Amino acid sequence: MTTPSQTVGPYLSIGLSWDEGPFVVPADAPGAVWLRGEIRDGNGDLVPDALVETWQADPDGRFHTPGFRGFGRCGTDDEGKWAIRTRKPGPVDGQAPHIAVSVFARGLLDRVITRVYFADEAPANAADTVLESVPEARRHTLLAAPDGDGYRFDIRLQGDDETVFFTF
Amino acid sequence: MTSPHPPLLSPGYKSTVLRAPQQAPILLPGSLGELTGPVLGEGPVASGDADLTLDGKGGEAQGQRIIVHGVVSDAAGRPVRDQLVEVWQANAAGRYLHKWDRHDAPLDPHFTGVGRALTDDEGRYRFVTVKPGAYPWGNHPNAWRPAHIHFSLFGRAFTQRLVTQMYFPDDPLFAFDPIYHSVPEFARDRLVAGFDLGATVDSWALGFRFDIVLSGDSATPWETK
Repeated sequence: MTTPSQTVGPYLSIGLSWDEGPFVVPADAPGAVWLRGEIRDGNGDLVPDALVETWQADPDGRFHTPGFRGFGRCGTDDEGKWAIRTRKPGPVDGQAPHIAVSVFARGLLDRVITRVYFADEAPANAADTVLESVPEARRHTLLAAPDGDGYRFDIRLQGDDETVFFTF
Repeated sequence: MTSPHPPLLSPGYKSTVLRAPQQAPILLPGSLGELTGPVLGEGPVASGDADLTLDGKGGEAQGQRIIVHGVVSDAAGRPVRDQLVEVWQANAAGRYLHKWDRHDAPLDPHFTGVGRALTDDEGRYRFVTVKPGAYPWGNHPNAWRPAHIHFSLFGRAFTQRLVTQMYFPDDPLFAFDPIYHSVPEFARDRLVAGFDLGATVDSWALGFRFDIVLSGDSATPWETK
């Protein structure tokens, strides 16, 4: 039987902080962009004790490319903000470019899973079967908007405009 | 099979009330992004990271020295090899080295409470540490967490990622702990390490065994959860 999940608790940063975590690619990597966001709870309050992890293909849509880790990890700061520097992924298996995301936090007894899609990939997004499976009124919660030196992807754990979460 | 995982909304654990999503999650089809996962290997692990009792400067942590070991496997029973295991815990007095921990118990200058290891070819890991103390946490009047060690595991696929807590056998605080109780009753003993005389080192440290099973396997994680 699978080992059950338990919350990371409020002191997750002790065990899961990793200096290199937010940097999927170096600052001078071609096409390096920042993916930034904040996390809020059902009251709209910022969540300062959460952790975001990302997993993605490289710009050609391949996984495990030598030199491209594909994995990012960043805890939220005291203002509930996180940021990961990466490259925009290419399409995989005919799906629109996207990044798989896990969110851990005090008060989450298991991780929640979502996907970052890119608002500037409208034609690919329109043909994506996973996005199609999401009620239209909620799809915007999965779209990262171009913002300065990258993209913005806020996560709402609960309530109005709750982020769409997935299960396997 | 019924899921062994706790429901996200478990009101006895008050922090879930405003953080558990209210909408049902949407089923993802299997695709390459979920069937693969990060391979972190030795990068984040330095020698000595699996011994939490030594601070690397000649100092040694206070408390009862223990050995925690076990096997990480997938649902098919295959060992999960060469995978990063991360742990963190309170010190022997029940205090975390964290700016938000205000528990009136002493910090230990020789204990950070963080460890890392890689599983070997048979999926085995082993840490040397001190037994963490129980601590109060304010969830309800006179609330105390049972002694526990936090574990983080990756597996071979994004679907297998697991963060959990390991408890110690026969803890009287189990009966009062809503986080332990959030897990369905049939699965709770999977969170409790066993005392292991075979791993106990005479005149040095008590042994505990904690085996971990990750959901699915990298070939068919959807069908075997």
